[in-house]
Amino acid sequence: MTRYLLQRIGFMLITLFIIVTATFFLMQLLPGTPFTNPEKLTDSQLTILNAKYGLDQPVAMQYIQYIGNLLQGDLGYSFQHEGRTVTSMISGRIGPSAFIGLQALVIGAIMGLLLGIVSALKHNSILDYGSVTLAVLGMSIPSFVFAALLQYYVGVKLGWLPVALWEGYSSTLLPSIALSVTVTATVARFIRSEMLEVIGQDYIITARAKGLKENQVMVKHVIRNALIPVVTMLGPLAVSIMTGTLVIEKIFAVPGLGEQFTLSILVLDYSVIMGITIFYSALFIFVVFVVDIIYSLLDPRINYKGGAA
Amino acid sequence: MTKNTPNLPPHQDLQVQNQYAYDEIPSDLFVKAPLDHRKSEEIGTPAVSFWKEAFQRLIKNRGAMISLILLVSLIVLALIGPGMNEFSYREQNLTHSNLPPKIEGLEWVGFNGLNSQGVDQYAERDVQINYWFGTDEFGRDLWTRVWRGTQISLFIALVAAALDLVIGVIYGGISSFYGGRIDNVMQRIIEILMGIPNLIVIILFILVLEPGITSIILAMVITGWVGMARVVRGQVLQLKGQEFVLASRTLGASNPRLISKHLLPNVMGPIIVTVMFTIPTAIFFEAFLSFIGLGLQAPLASLGVLIEDGYKSMRYFPYKLIFPALVISIIMISFNLLGDGLRDALDPKMRK
Repeated sequence: MTRYLLQRIGFMLITLFIIVTATFFLMQLLPGTPFTNPEKLTDSQLTILNAKYGLDQPVAMQYIQYIGNLLQGDLGYSFQHEGRTVTSMISGRIGPSAFIGLQALVIGAIMGLLLGIVSALKHNSILDYGSVTLAVLGMSIPSFVFAALLQYYVGVKLGWLPVALWEGYSSTLLPSIALSVTVTATVARFIRSEMLEVIGQDYIITARAKGLKENQVMVKHVIRNALIPVVTMLGPLAVSIMTGTLVIEKIFAVPGLGEQFTLSILVLDYSVIMGITIFYSALFIFVVFVVDIIYSLLDPRINYKGGAA
Repeated sequence: MTKNTPNLPPHQDLQVQNQYAYDEIPSDLFVKAPLDHRKSEEIGTPAVSFWKEAFQRLIKNRGAMISLILLVSLIVLALIGPGMNEFSYREQNLTHSNLPPKIEGLEWVGFNGLNSQGVDQYAERDVQINYWFGTDEFGRDLWTRVWRGTQISLFIALVAAALDLVIGVIYGGISSFYGGRIDNVMQRIIEILMGIPNLIVIILFILVLEPGITSIILAMVITGWVGMARVVRGQVLQLKGQEFVLASRTLGASNPRLISKHLLPNVMGPIIVTVMFTIPTAIFFEAFLSFIGLGLQAPLASLGVLIEDGYKSMRYFPYKLIFPALVISIIMISFNLLGDGLRDALDPKMRK
């Protein structure tokens, strides 16, 4: 176990290092400079700005400096917002993103479990077909299309919930629902097939043969065993939620990390783009790691001696 | 067990009766059916090839067949749609801007030329021609633009999927076929690539490259092939140990022959299924990029660009959003269902 953990952590660090390096050098290749309006700036102003942000140094020096700062949790200064550090911009925006992300995960998990369990219990019934259809729709329709339609019909036409305003709890609902659709669909599909597989196992026949009530068989044996692999879905789901936040936050004007990212792309705020990229990647790698560990703890059939999974 | 007795199937009693009837028949009334030993090994039905059988399974899958029909019609529309009226996708006509959709004879389903206030724009502005899907703010015909956009989106997705296929098959094939140290190194590279969220890589690459069809395709391929490589590797590793490969090797087959004649045909199923799921993912990413402003440049339009344009003016001109949204949703649903169907048809064991 320790060996496996160390190996995984080593891989995480290598991956992160590669991401940081790649991001840094890709940013160097970008067309244009951070100071996009040269006509407004005189040459001497440009020189001063470049010196201030260390842009007059050779690339290698900038790189070493960047890595050094990164190790201390310093992601540098924003090029567009005078005097603001990237770290403070990120930490100020994590809140809303994390909130709607987690809320979407909870809504999606509950809805998905309900749909999936119902459709597996009532296999080949109308309920089953209905929830399978819902799942296919949820997986196929792009989240931003769904979000836009939701905003139009629920927000504009019916006027039930605020359209694009970040104030009070009710404003978190539409973005969370829009984000949760993919989660619902993925979980529903997964739990359904997983339960159908478990129902066919020998130990379910045993449970029935020893005279357990059907309810008990389902709750204690089928659902419990089918739930274990759902943990593996957490990684991909977290990714899809992170992807989703990029557009959903733009649509619903949520002051979160995703909105900041899209804004920074439009104004070419290099340091912020880099910072958020690294933050997202680190989060992603960490989530996958934690999920793997949880999974191996939950399911005794998984052994980690085999090396990297 | 007592709980089960009321649920006994009705034919159980019948069986019991039959048993009694059987006892009453004397054994000399039974005549042995002649058994021809020469025919015992004969195969009753004509031999069906794997592909034919898979095809028959696919035809039985209603969802997949409907999806196939929908996809074919959408592709045909995407190809001939822009030529069905006299407008081009880039021609602007400001006097005809923001016209709602109108189709002669289909007024009752909403193609009536009324705007959101219920005013007939065609009568008010004295427009003689009907725009089937309406026009955008520059007076460009949305029918033409939607199908043109579908063309572009499908083109991007198909090329990206094809490149993923080639790179993935070669990489996965080499990695698994040669095994050993090569496999080890190649797998570590894949593991690192898998650790990077692909959306972020795509966005970074689009930022660096000039936005356009080529750069979108390239950006998607850079991370997209990994999935295919993993599928191919897993399959080849499984097949490599099987007896028919050993037999072929014993008979002196060369590596290229082994790969092309034995391994690839057997991996075809999972490859096709993976491609079927790559295409909708690529369509999604293209639309996604366009939506956050990293897509194609005007006047070119993909479905994503159209959705983004439509989204901006959705409040007053909802039809601008609805048509491209509908088309992209149908494409995505159809590809997913067809992929599901193909997976069930090609490999019943893989069924999930």
